[in-house]
Formats: sequence, structure tokens, C-alpha cells
Amino acid sequence: MRALLFDATLCAGCGACTAACREKNQLPETEGPDLSDRRFTVLKKAANRGSEVNYRRLCMHCLDPTCASVCPVGAFRKTAAGPVVYNSEICMGCRYCIQACPFSVPRFEWSSLTPRVRKCNFCADRLAAGKPNACAEACPTGATLAGEREALLKEARSRLAAEPAKYIPKIYGEYDVGGTCVLVLSPVAFSQLGLPDNLPLHPLRILTYRALSQVPTFVGCGTFLLAGLGWLTRRKTEVARFEASLAKSGTDGPSRKEVKP
Amino acid sequence: MTRIRSVFWRVVALAILAAGAYGAWVRFTQGLGAATNLSDAYPWGLWIGFDILCGVGLAAGGFAITTAVYILRIERLRPIVRPAILTAFLGYLLVILALMFDLGRPWNIWRAIVLWNPRSVMFEVAWCVMLYTTVLALEFSPVLFEHLGWRRAVKVVKAVVAPLVGVGFILSTLHQSSLGSLYLIVPTKLHPLWYSPLLPIFFWLSAVAAGLAMVIFESGMSARAFGRALEFDLLQGISRVMVLFLGLFLFLRFWDLWWWRGTLGAAFRFSGPGSFEAGMFWLETLLLAVPLVAILLDRVRANPLGLFAASLMVIAGFLVNRLNVSTTGLEASSGVRYFPSWIEISVTLSIVTLGLALFSLAVRRLPIFHPIQPEIAHDALDGV
Repeated sequence: MRALLFDATLCAGCGACTAACREKNQLPETEGPDLSDRRFTVLKKAANRGSEVNYRRLCMHCLDPTCASVCPVGAFRKTAAGPVVYNSEICMGCRYCIQACPFSVPRFEWSSLTPRVRKCNFCADRLAAGKPNACAEACPTGATLAGEREALLKEARSRLAAEPAKYIPKIYGEYDVGGTCVLVLSPVAFSQLGLPDNLPLHPLRILTYRALSQVPTFVGCGTFLLAGLGWLTRRKTEVARFEASLAKSGTDGPSRKEVKP
Repeated sequence: MTRIRSVFWRVVALAILAAGAYGAWVRFTQGLGAATNLSDAYPWGLWIGFDILCGVGLAAGGFAITTAVYILRIERLRPIVRPAILTAFLGYLLVILALMFDLGRPWNIWRAIVLWNPRSVMFEVAWCVMLYTTVLALEFSPVLFEHLGWRRAVKVVKAVVAPLVGVGFILSTLHQSSLGSLYLIVPTKLHPLWYSPLLPIFFWLSAVAAGLAMVIFESGMSARAFGRALEFDLLQGISRVMVLFLGLFLFLRFWDLWWWRGTLGAAFRFSGPGSFEAGMFWLETLLLAVPLVAILLDRVRANPLGLFAASLMVIAGFLVNRLNVSTTGLEASSGVRYFPSWIEISVTLSIVTLGLALFSLAVRRLPIFHPIQPEIAHDALDGV
């Protein structure tokens, strides 16, 4: 599986990645500090002990994506090669993906009458053609590296081991929400890079699965119980009616044992 | 005097509908961005929080009352069956209408029928709402058939009404709770006063309580507007069941906050960040706890006005709860303040107005509230 390793200590903030992304996705040049429906990746700055650290934001391409799990029609798909891709043809625009994404990545075309969800697609077509992601290819400092996920994890581990003082001792995305295809090394707390530090290590899908997995059991037991209850109460009224008719006809009527209602 | 009042309300309703029509025009000619105050940081607002979450919840009286009558055979409740079904049916139709406004690409809504993603809570809700609206249409159909004099059609529906009600109970329980499950996926975004693994159970319990409150409220309103009310002791009985569900909801809620997750402390931040959430939490809690205690007092329960006011408070508390989960609780993590645009508000008010108008029309034209004579009321839904 293909992945990206972003090392914030190497990023010069030159903007080659954002320019390459615009060109690849035919996006206009727009001003703004954060991701938008026309900016799939952005460069930002965070404070680092008196100086500054540059960092990127982009879709994390989770191994078990929350967006793909919440979409009612499956408009998001995790491909075997790594990219999490979106199909606007079937999307109904409910925006549950935007609400649910733990990294707050997907963006909506709010001003469009045929709005799509927009986000980085990991250059899925380039990867299929055997080329690296456009942003990684453009990066002059090697801050964004493209490669196989296992190889990049190994590289990240060796960097952490070689210069432990330089980094927060963690590869962000190795295990977070079940792992991501964008791996991040940082000299400052990951929360300063817009990466939540309170996410579970399991896919978020597990949280809804706990409730959803009860559905078949509930339908089975519920049907059985309701049918039983319905039969019971019906029988009760039948018996009550029968006994009332007995009481009406007096003592000469048939005994309860002989006649069934 | 009554004439002036009715003219006044008609003018108000027309003004709301005119504003809503303009809002609809903006929504469908300029898009969601121009019509709403929603953003990428805050993708769900009033239309999801009120029109959908509250609309579905308030319609829960439909499945609660039909289950009580057709499964548990509590015959005394039969006179309420039709108004409860009417409320639920209209409620769901309006929820679907609101969905057409909120969905960015509503023309694709049918795709949930063919493209299945069973891992998605939204998928389950979509299916349940679709199927339950069909069930409600069938449950409501005898009223129309009776009005049209189609006796055979009435008989056909009567033959399947009990299983139909059972299916309705299962579908309702599933999606009423699943509306809460929708928020299980945002553990780091939703405020700890509202995020809980028990959300589906909270949503189901509070929906039943609010659905029953709606039955009491509507009966009171109908008494005023149409001179048709339900027996008062019946309403008292319903209020007792409502109290049971309210009590369970509040007990579980505090057990979860205090004992299980230990996050009740967030409710006592009365200044600085988090104080808004704490305030909204107490507003919600008091609006539900006060009527609970009030109805337990004989003096309040025996007073029609007291019962009416208590049910109104339960409805208000329910609305605040749903809006807290869907809007208040998500503000802090989003980093933006959200208040609906006037277009969002006018569309929502128009949908409510439309609901009231349709309810009143149906009550006037169709056999909904039967005379309270037992032999006629006995087979209210069956129309015999």
C-alpha cells in the first residue's frame, strides 16, 4: 500500500507541494489559511520554541476510513493501492462524512447547486500509472516522501532513533484511528499541526458498529416477543369475552372445560 | 373575537409561508451556502437538528400508541390511535420534505435503495424512515378509505393491522435510537455532556416520552380549536407512562454522566469556556425534570391545564436535548459559532406551519377524533 511520509522538521514552506496539487487537480489559485473545496492541501505554520515549524494539511487516507463507513451509499472507497476516493455521481450531499471525519478534512461546495464533497484523492490516477504523488514529486527538501507504507514506517523509525531530541517520539498515523496512509513526524505536539491527539487507536467505525451490530438480534427477538405478546393479549380478550358470554347465559351453559372459545 | 383571532393567525401563517417560499427559492437557485449559515466546520444545522431529529422524535407517539392498542390491547387508548397516526404520518412526510432542503444532492436520495452500505448508521436510518413512512401510510389509509366509502379496502387493511403495527414498532425503535447512534462516530467532536455510548438508548427513551407528550398536547389544542378532546382520565394514564420514560431517561443520563463516565463536572462550569454548554445542559434537564415531578403530584395531574403545561415542558425539554446534541455540543470543537440564518428559520417555521395546517384540515375533513362513545370508538382505526 502506497503512503506519504511528511517530516515537519524538513519542510521549508516553499509551496511547491500546494502548487503541484493545484496543477494536478486543475484547481484555481485561491487565498486562504485552510483546506477548502478548491484547496486539497495547504501549508501552515506552528510555533516551535521561539522559531516556527511548517506543516501540511491534507486528507490522511485512513486504512479504515470514517468517511467510507458513514456514507449511506458508499460514495467513499478505500482502494487497495491506498487512496480514499470519492464518487460524486452517487453522493446525495448529506455531509455525514464532513461531520464524522476525525481530521475535519472533507470540504463541501457550498455555493454550488450540484455540490460535491472535495478532498485530496492521493493522486489515485498517478499511483495507478506507477508515478509518485504530485506533491511528493515536487517537494525539493524531501519533507514529503512517497513510497510503500511499510518502507516509510521503517524510514520514520530510523529517523526517530537517529535524532530522538529533534522529534516527538511518535509516528502519527501509524496506529491512530486504525492507521493512516499519511504518516507525520513532528518536532512539536501533533495537536499543534491540527492532528487531534485524543483519537482512539481503533477505527471510529467500531463505535457505531457496537450499536449497528445489535440490529439483527433486535429484529429477531423483537419480532418473536411482539408476536408472543400479541397472541397472549388476544387470547386473553377471547377468554374474557367467552367468560362474559357464559356469565350471561347463566349456570345452564357448558362448563369451561368442555367448550373452547 | 374568535373571528378576529382566526384572521390574525391566518395572516401570521401566510407571512411565515411567504418567507419560507422565498427561502426555498434562494435555497434551490443559489445553493446551501447562500441560504444557510452552515460551513465545512459546521456542516449540520437547524434543518438536521430540528426538522429531522425533533420531527422524527415528536412523531414517536404514533408507534407508542399503536403498539399499546394493537399489541398490548389496552382498549382504553383506542380513541387516540387515529390522531397519533395522523401526527406521525404528517411528521414523517414533513421530515422527508425538510430532507429535500438539507441534502445537497437530493436527486440522489433514491440511491440508498440500491447502493447498500450496512456499516453506515445513516443507511439504516434511511431504510427505516422509508419503510416506516410506508407503514404509516397504510395505517392511515383506513381513514381515507372510510371517507371515500371504500369498505372492502378498509377490511383488507384491518386484516393486517396488527402485524403492521408490530413492524412499525421494530422500525421505529431502530431508527429512533439510530438517530442517536449517528453521533457515536464523533467521540472527539461532541461535548462530553452529550457524547455517550448510550446515545441510542437516550434517543429512544426521550422520543417515546416526547411522543406521548405530543398526544397530550394535541388533545388539549384540539379541544380548544375543534371542541374535540379525549377523556381526561385517558390523558392522565398516558402522562403516567410518559413519566416512567422520562424518569428512566433522566436516571440513565445522570448515572452515565456521574458514575459511569464521570463527566458530570462539566455541568458545573458556570464561567469561561464550557459555561454555555453547562447552561444548556441544565435548561434541558430542568425542562424534563420539572414536569416529571409535577405530574407525580396529584394536584397537577388532576388539573387539565397543569397536565397540558407539563406536556408542553416535556416537548420543550426534548427539543432542547436534540438541539444540544446536534448543535450546542458540536460548537466548541468546530471552532465556529453557529446560529441559523433567517432562511433556515423561515423554512423550518414554514414546515411547522404546513404541518399544523394539514393536521387541522385532516381533523376537520376526515374521521380522526371520534365521538367518545365506546361502541364507536372501539374500532377507531378499523372503521367498523
